[in-house]
Formats: sequence, structure tokens, C-alpha cells
Amino acid sequence: MNIIEILSFGFIQRALLAGTLIAILCSVLGVFLVLRRMSLIGDGLAHVTFGSAAIALALKLYAAASLFVSLPVVLLSSLGILKLTEKARLNGDAAIGIVSSLGISVGIIIASIGGGYNVNLLSYLFGNILSITSEEVMIAGGLFCAVMLLLTLFFNDLFAITFNEELARVSGVRTNIINAVLVMLTALSVVLAMKLVGIMLISSLLILPAVSALQIARSFKGCVFLAAIQGGLSVILGIFISFLSNLPTSATVVLINLLLFAFAFLVRYLMAVRNSN
Amino acid sequence: MSREIVRTENLACSYRVGRVLEDVSITVEAGDYIGIVGPNGSGKSTLVQALIGLVAICEGKAFLFGTPSKHFCDWGRIGYLPQSLHLLNPIFPATVAEAVGLGLISQKKFPRKLTRHDREKVDVLLENLGVYSIRNKLIGELSGGQQQRVLLARALVNDPELLILDEPTAALDPETRERFYLQIAEINRSLGVTVLLVTHDSGAIGKYATKMLYLDKRVLFYGGFEDFCSSEEMSVLFGSHSQHLMCHRH
Repeated sequence: MNIIEILSFGFIQRALLAGTLIAILCSVLGVFLVLRRMSLIGDGLAHVTFGSAAIALALKLYAAASLFVSLPVVLLSSLGILKLTEKARLNGDAAIGIVSSLGISVGIIIASIGGGYNVNLLSYLFGNILSITSEEVMIAGGLFCAVMLLLTLFFNDLFAITFNEELARVSGVRTNIINAVLVMLTALSVVLAMKLVGIMLISSLLILPAVSALQIARSFKGCVFLAAIQGGLSVILGIFISFLSNLPTSATVVLINLLLFAFAFLVRYLMAVRNSN
Repeated sequence: MSREIVRTENLACSYRVGRVLEDVSITVEAGDYIGIVGPNGSGKSTLVQALIGLVAICEGKAFLFGTPSKHFCDWGRIGYLPQSLHLLNPIFPATVAEAVGLGLISQKKFPRKLTRHDREKVDVLLENLGVYSIRNKLIGELSGGQQQRVLLARALVNDPELLILDEPTAALDPETRERFYLQIAEINRSLGVTVLLVTHDSGAIGKYATKMLYLDKRVLFYGGFEDFCSSEEMSVLFGSHSQHLMCHRH
């Protein structure tokens, strides 16, 4: 089967379009999160997404309709993590741990009340981008445009608080608002990425493109751009390779990201060796 | 009459451990170069951080350019330079030009985009500070002295009227430190920029400060440099040897 034939399948077209958009979003946000040492917020919010998916399924809301539950719950949880960090004298990792365990435990209890785990709930664990519907693609496209617009508008504020929060405050940046913007954009992206890589692998999509770009980037904007390229490329390659090899798409995407990270690390190492000679 | 840049009225700040600053009432005028000294934990950094909103004021008032500090929003008039090395994440991928350009966002309205004119301004400043050749280097790849000059450039990029330096040379070697203080003195003299300098480096203060503020949770001395040098009380508190070193401009 050649590439043209593969591309003729509607489900492949939908997966490529939505997957690339979601991966670009996660990769760009990942740069800010990794540099702010908030990488694991994706993991925490993914666990909350599991809880919200269980609630949606209990309410008989499936596919795109489940976003009506997931989006507000995960957005509120992201603000909860921020408030716990600010007000409860907790480090970010502890706040993420609290919200994360709350999300998982709510999911388990609701699944248990509803008659145990079912296929729908388990699909949230590992994702299945190939089953994405046209409706979900449109939602992903709309949210992609909204998040990218906000990222563009707040880019210099986000750059400033990532560089140094203290200096950003003295430059007049409302750091509490910008922090809230960052975690809410992350929450939106995590909900979208759930379909692509699932709860278990969401962190990899936020972290791996960012850390790969950090190996070789020679400017901040360059770093964001490289991360976006890797995120998009990993999804395109992952969908084709998994389809041709009959492998799970989510895990294939993650492994491609790992390989690209190893490549970037090698490039950095070789550059360092060359510069030292 | 000199223009008032900073004024505090009975200012007090507390941390969880208790009161760290109380009853601080000072006025800083345009063109002053204030050396802020005192023992460890005396509230020197807390004072300057309270002025710019990094530490909450629990009692009293502070005014910046005549505006209550909590309503102050004209941040382009203030350049702030904290201790450099704890500031910079060594893996941060920003270039020198990007890091300095960030300083300009304080003058920008939402969405705070930088223009070509802004980038040219950054280049001119880097040229003046002798760091233009490293404008495309990543800040994590620079030496401590170069990083400090980059952060100074960031603090100066808005042509501030007030420069706040909080132990800016703690991690620098003596030669780099000397060069740094010469640059600050030149900025103070030629441009009339008001300087608030928190430091343990009595040599630097002795050479350049025009006024002294001695803090130990409260103000124990605030006045002219010569008065500080002739004060017997300061000789006891500051240590006669340190006072001698400072006042005889060693």
C-alpha cells in the first residue's frame, strides 16, 4: 500500500489533521512548561481528564459530547493546581500530585459505581487517534486556533515569566494572570491530546519535543519552532508507521519522539566535541 | 528643589519568622547614589523588594515617583538588577538580544510586541556596554561577568530614572566587579540616574555612594556619605575597620 492509498482513507486524513494540530499545541506549550519546571502538570491534568471522562460516560456523553464535561473540569483543576501552589505553601509537584490523585480516584469510584471499567473508559488510557470523528476534528481545529491566538498574544508575557518571574513582575507583567493563562492553555491541550496519545502518554507529547529542541536551539523562538516541528513530524510519521506495521499509534508517536530526542542529544554532543577541539 | 524619586513612610514588612523591617521612613531624590548597608538579615533586600512590589508591605506606605507603590505601573522608569547567578536557568535557550529585549515589554501595551526600532535600540545598548559581539550567544553559555552585563543591559534598556541593584556583584571576581561599579557610577554621573545599591562590598560604596542608609530592621543611619564617615555610632555598628576602609576609599 503506498502513501497515496493510505491518504485516501478518511480516518487517516482526520487523524493526520487533528493529530498534527494537537501535537504542535502540546509541543509549543511544552517549552514553557519544561523551562518552568512544570513538565508533570500534563500528567496531573491527564489523570483529572480520566476522572472527567468517567463522569461523562456515567452521564452517557460519548466522543465530542464528553468534552462538555472534560473541558470545564480540567480547566478548573488546572487553576486548582495554581492556587494550591500559591496559597497552600506547596511546591508545584505536590499540588499536581494532589489534583492528579483526586482525578484518578473520582474516575475509579464512578467507573466502579457504573459497573466497572468499560472499553470506552480504557480507550482514554491509551488514546486512539484513528477513531477520531469529523466533529472532534472540527473541535480540535477550533481549539487549536484559539490556543495559538492566545499564545501569540501572550507570547512575550509567557517568555518573560519563563525567563524569570521576579524580573517579569518588575516589568509590569501580571504574573498571576499569565500563570493562569499558561495552565489553562495546557488544560485545553491535554483534553485534546487525550484522544491522540491517551492519559498514560500525554506527558511525553508535552515534554519530548521541548527537551529535544532545548538540545539544539540557538534562540528562544527557535526552540519553540523546533519543538513544534518535532511534535507535528512525530504524529505524521507515527500514524503512517503504525498503520503500515499494525502497531498502536499512540505508543509509536511517543517512540518516534524518543528517537528524535536521542538524535538531538547526539547532535548537541557532537557540536560540543567539535567546539572543544 | 530636588525631585523626589522614592519615599517611604513608616514602612514595615514581615515574613513568617516575624518582622524583618519596621518604621522605615526615607526620601530618595533624583541623582542620589544610595549605598544600603547593614548586617545579614537586616532587611536591605526586603526594603528594595518591597518598593517594587516583590515583597508585601504590611504597614506604612511607599511612593515611587510620587505614586503609591501599589498603584505604580510605569515600570519602564525603573531598572532592577538582582543577584545574577540564581536568576538564570543554565539551559534557558534565550539569546543575549532576546533577554535584553524582554526588558522593553514594560513600556508596551498588550500584546507587547517588539518592533524593529526596539531591536535596534537593544543593539545600540549592547554596543555601548561592550557586549554586542555576544548578542546571538545563549545566556547560559556566558561567564558570570558577561551575564551580569547582559542583565545590566536589560535593566537599562528603558533608559530608567531609578536603578535598583540588589547585591549585583556577589558572584563576580574583583576585576569584573570593579568594572561593573565604574559603569554604574558613570550612568549615575552622566545620565543622572538615581541608584539604590544593596551590597556588602564596602569598597564599592565608599568610592561612589553619595548617601548612606544603614539598616538593622529599622533605619539606624540615613544621610550624606561624609556624615556617615564621621559618625561614631556607625563606627561602632559598622565596625571601625570597615568604616575606615569605606571612608578612605580603599
